[in-house]
Amino acid sequence: MAKFSLPKNSQIKEGKAWPKPDGAANTTAFRIYRWNPDDGQNPRVDTYHVDRDDCGPMVLDALIYIKNNIDPTLTFRRSCREGICGSCAMNIDGANTLACTKGIDECTSKGDVRIYPLPHMPVVKDLVPDLTRFYAQHASIEPWLKTTTPEPEKEWRQSREDREKLDGLYECILCACCSTSCPSYWWNGDRYLGPAVLLQAYRWLIDSRDEATGDRLDNLEDPFRLYRCHTIMNCANVCPKGLNPAKAIAEIKQMMVTRQL
Amino acid sequence: MAEAKAPGTRPEDIRPLSPHLQIYRWTWTMAMSVAHRVTGAALYVGTLLLVAWLLALASGPAAFETAQWLFGSFLGRLILFGYTWALLHHMFGGIRHFIWDVGLGFDAPARQNLARMTLIASAALTLLVWVIGYAVS
Repeated sequence: MAKFSLPKNSQIKEGKAWPKPDGAANTTAFRIYRWNPDDGQNPRVDTYHVDRDDCGPMVLDALIYIKNNIDPTLTFRRSCREGICGSCAMNIDGANTLACTKGIDECTSKGDVRIYPLPHMPVVKDLVPDLTRFYAQHASIEPWLKTTTPEPEKEWRQSREDREKLDGLYECILCACCSTSCPSYWWNGDRYLGPAVLLQAYRWLIDSRDEATGDRLDNLEDPFRLYRCHTIMNCANVCPKGLNPAKAIAEIKQMMVTRQL
Repeated sequence: MAEAKAPGTRPEDIRPLSPHLQIYRWTWTMAMSVAHRVTGAALYVGTLLLVAWLLALASGPAAFETAQWLFGSFLGRLILFGYTWALLHHMFGGIRHFIWDVGLGFDAPARQNLARMTLIASAALTLLVWVIGYAVS
């Protein structure tokens, strides 16, 4: 049974309001989730003011501004700053996205910018969630080419049309924005594989070179692993790469039906 | 090597759960998914009402009279109005899921519009049913 409220140790308290930077004329307020594993306190929300004349346009720029100029203890993951590594996935202004490709001015629907870690995940520190289970689920679908026929002398050939079937699938960067936006994954994340992993599963199911389609479908034929998808569509709404995991899952469900015929 | 910590004090034991429903911005598709669940559950209750009415009908004129009075009262009509909406909303939700199950309507404007249309169509048809109901009675 789904538990809609937060456990006692996870309830969020009002945190510290940091002073505005000296001499800043043009500031935007950021309300950011903080949790420190070492102080025994509950999570809190701190308020920071970012000098927009001294900061880049993206939410990640603001986080780096805060870390450099206001509070060096603020903890978050980031790497490429151009939407290809997926490290800075977090919940910004009520929806999951990448901090590096989200403009600050797109996120002020409530006046300030509200930032939380990816939803319904164990928090390692501040904006860093523990993605261990997510990666284990990805490994469980065996995301590599599986063949039984003898290897060709050169590469495995694929027609142009078959290659095009992978478009909209191979671009996934495994940032976990979609899986952690999914209420089904919130309530049943221990048994439901979630949109990101199922999109990857479909990426191998539809690959013309792969020869383990039947085994892959057998592995997904389960009331939880696949069928906890109830087309809530949050995954497709939030994917920062514009992919459509909900559609990929629907295609898997169709493969399940057509293989019975 | 670091000293092993006792259970209950290891980092993975004390980690808080990040907020979810509390902070997530509602979307149309999310709201209509919830509405589909809620109306589906409400239909169980509505069906019980229908069974009660049929039982009263089978039990004789006195029981039927009581049932008619009950369902005809303001509160009774309000509940029946809600039941009508739940039935129609769940039906349109079913059609929406059917469209998705055949692989259509997944793109950005379509999925949003399908969700909105579920609510608009169910509200409109509920009103229509009741207007016709009052017109012929």
